[in-house]
Amino acid sequence: MSNPLADMEKPDVIFAIGTNMTECHPVAATRLKRALTAGATMIVADPRQTRLAKMAHLHLPIRVGSDVALLLAMAHVIQREGLIDASFIEERTAGGNEFLQHVKEFTPEWASDICEVPAADIEKAGLLYGKGNPSAIYYTLGITEHICGVDNVQSLCNLALMTGNLGVEGGGINPMRGQNNIQGAGDCGAVPNNFPGFQPCDHPESTEKFSKLYQTEIDGTKGITKVTALDNCGKGIHAMLIDGENTVVTDPDKNHCEHALKSLDHLVVIDIFMTETAQLADVVFPATAWGETDGVQTNTERRVQRLRAAVPPVGEAKPDWWIVSEIAKRMGVPGFEYESARDVFNELCELSPIYAGLDWDRIEDSEYQWPVPDRDHPGTPRLHEKEFKNGRGKFTVVGYRDPAEVISDEFPLWLTTGRRLEAYHSRTQTGRSAGIEYLLSHESLEVHPDDAEALGLVHGGMAKMASARGEIEIEVKVTDMSPQGTVFTSFSFAEVPVNILTGSGYDPVTQTAELKVCPVRVEPA
Amino acid sequence: MISDLDAQTTEKALMLTLDGEKVSFEAGETIYEVAERHRREIPTLCYDERLEAFGACRLCIVEVEGIRNPVASCTTQATEGMVIQTKTEAIEKHRKTLLELVASENRDVDVNQLSGYASQELKILVDRYDARSGRFSGKKSGTSNTKDKNPFILRDYDNCISCYRCVRVCAEREGDYAINVMNRGFDTQIITEFNNDLRDSECTFCGQCVQTCPTGALGDKKALRDSDTEGEIEKTRTICPYCGVGCSVDMLSKGDKIVGIQPAMDGPANEGALCIKGQFAFDFIQNADRLKKPMIRREDGELHECDWDEALNFAAAGFAKVRDKFGRHSVYGIASGRAPHEAAYTMQKYIRATYGTNYIDNCSRA
Ligand code: SF4
Ligand code: SF4
Ligand code: FES
Repeated sequence: MSNPLADMEKPDVIFAIGTNMTECHPVAATRLKRALTAGATMIVADPRQTRLAKMAHLHLPIRVGSDVALLLAMAHVIQREGLIDASFIEERTAGGNEFLQHVKEFTPEWASDICEVPAADIEKAGLLYGKGNPSAIYYTLGITEHICGVDNVQSLCNLALMTGNLGVEGGGINPMRGQNNIQGAGDCGAVPNNFPGFQPCDHPESTEKFSKLYQTEIDGTKGITKVTALDNCGKGIHAMLIDGENTVVTDPDKNHCEHALKSLDHLVVIDIFMTETAQLADVVFPATAWGETDGVQTNTERRVQRLRAAVPPVGEAKPDWWIVSEIAKRMGVPGFEYESARDVFNELCELSPIYAGLDWDRIEDSEYQWPVPDRDHPGTPRLHEKEFKNGRGKFTVVGYRDPAEVISDEFPLWLTTGRRLEAYHSRTQTGRSAGIEYLLSHESLEVHPDDAEALGLVHGGMAKMASARGEIEIEVKVTDMSPQGTVFTSFSFAEVPVNILTGSGYDPVTQTAELKVCPVRVEPA
Repeated sequence: MISDLDAQTTEKALMLTLDGEKVSFEAGETIYEVAERHRREIPTLCYDERLEAFGACRLCIVEVEGIRNPVASCTTQATEGMVIQTKTEAIEKHRKTLLELVASENRDVDVNQLSGYASQELKILVDRYDARSGRFSGKKSGTSNTKDKNPFILRDYDNCISCYRCVRVCAEREGDYAINVMNRGFDTQIITEFNNDLRDSECTFCGQCVQTCPTGALGDKKALRDSDTEGEIEKTRTICPYCGVGCSVDMLSKGDKIVGIQPAMDGPANEGALCIKGQFAFDFIQNADRLKKPMIRREDGELHECDWDEALNFAAAGFAKVRDKFGRHSVYGIASGRAPHEAAYTMQKYIRATYGTNYIDNCSRA
């Protein structure tokens, strides 16, 4: 997030897109509710009638995967009505003229056909966002899990840049991170393009720095992504070390994924449960769980916080860092002589500029949000206040593209997937917590009443749902939550492996999977 | 334009007299807030600093010079020159009587600490004011809801004192408006719309009502399962393991067992709020099917438990073999988006330092 969570109570206009916040980030959503009570106006763009959508002053039930068209048209309206922040564009950004020229073409009428919402509503959204002082954007995976995920994010940046809504209290662009420490995994350099602290792998200075620190020559080029690595299993990739991720259930195209892992010569999995992924491993290590592990995690507003152990580990479980270090030591790799989580964290702080002012003791009270470049720095609750990281904020000229697969006679419905309040990911945790099944015992497919009638589906009955990749059976829930022509379910239950169906494409830049859009056929089972 | 004189008065601190002591305060503060800052122990029951003051329980009354009847300090704004007494004999007596009344209307005053964050408030005050006289024993207020079988929230309204903190936290903090008040006086009852079970209402089981209830009328059913478990309750401050908001929580444990979660009121991300997962889905870590020993796949094709040394050597040898056979670009690492920094950091270092590649990623792409 560019802005702190506390800013969520301060916007004048809230623009929430592709985020089912009341279910995925309920505590953050309470802040938006308080902003609404205090008089803020909210626009929600989401195909579904979510709880958040019901609270909105303007709900745009756009067709799944049509976000870029909506955002272009909103930019068009803002440009046409002169709602741009000319001095911000002039002083702080680059590429503004070209972008403002580009959007002239994309009228609300044009977008209306693609998004399947009235042009007048798109016009209204543009006016509201453009006039808000400040306006804030919130989004989650509904924006990124598309083949055009990067285009979506850049389109949101364009909106914020043209209206000067960056670096201001109560504004900003605020992606809500899904998992507790997904931000931290990036901070720590567990990505193919960056070393710890977002130091790029393809910059000679950082490659040199880390080659020296890690006492080996490191490639001066980015690595391949997880998606490519899975595609190459058995053909170039022959061993994997997977920590705490149930790849087989949460990744798209489950059959492909399982096949990929099976074709490895050596698979080592570290986890707390025998997950579907661990079952395929050659070695499985028991890790200590939350509550048993000392450590650090970073939240969605870049706040670096301490996790503390309260009880001893179950069985012989060991911390992940210890297990990985032991493997390294047994391969003769130097630099893994850690005695505690503190040692590991302090090393990370030493070599990442954004953590340079931090260490294990200083984060005791959760007061710092990175970057914290030195010991005297108070931390950075709000990014881009004076300048952007690379000088100027860059506009990007983006165009609309159809999803990787579009509906057809064979697969006439859009399937979109998401999360539910009571379940988390593949339910390795919530599924094992007492009482949760009282509220959410099994998965179901949300079908609009009109579609249900046309397809002969009954509430509570079973349906067969097929995509170009496979077929599953699922219980039907007739509801007008999802619009006609779109069905919805979550991917949390192994018994209903929705990700057998999804996976039609990937974003060419980030290789994030298109989990949000998949044409399907649904019929009574 | 501001004249010099005006500027001076705006700069001059606002003052009032608190129990004979001159103290400063800021415009907009209530008497209670000023007194609290100056360490006066004014008893409260319907007060939760996160909520709009309500003025219902009247325990927080103080005497203000020039005003005939005592005023509720939680709802009365401090003003320049006020002369306030927080603890006169008359007021203390009045407080004691109020507490005796309240205590007499409840079935129990002593409730288990595991009930919730604020659950001991009534008990502590009753003890402080020695208010267990039984002078008013008689009519009880509120009727427990025993038909709601939800596994999280005990609705034991026999112990309700009608402070409405639950209703207010649900509305003001959560924006859920799941519960409301029916009737008044002895017949007061907290109910959902249509008097349904919570599951069939707007309730999201965030547990906020449980944590603010000062009597344990609303209780944390999951934590209360461990009422009889041996051991003192210990609190450990940590962060919720679910989403990226990063709410601060206090983990409650007894011996080796985690028994419950309470929200941290001073957590910067959540300021006391939690959701169902953070509040109630903590016991997964003590589920019987946790992995307890390393395992390796043996000749029979099955995974078997073994000791650490064997498993670590087996893992290391397997990686070395693949690297030697297929080259350093044949090994890939996937870090977790849930494990702490130290896991992700050592994972990426292992890949970079061992193979000299950037063949590392995490699960954010799923
Ligand atoms: S249930 Fe608890 S919080 Fe709610 S009104 Fe009764 S005493 Fe107050
Ligand atoms: S659990 Fe949360 S949503 Fe449900 S009644 Fe209590 S405060 Fe309201
Ligand atoms: S605390 Fe002031 S009236 Fe209850």
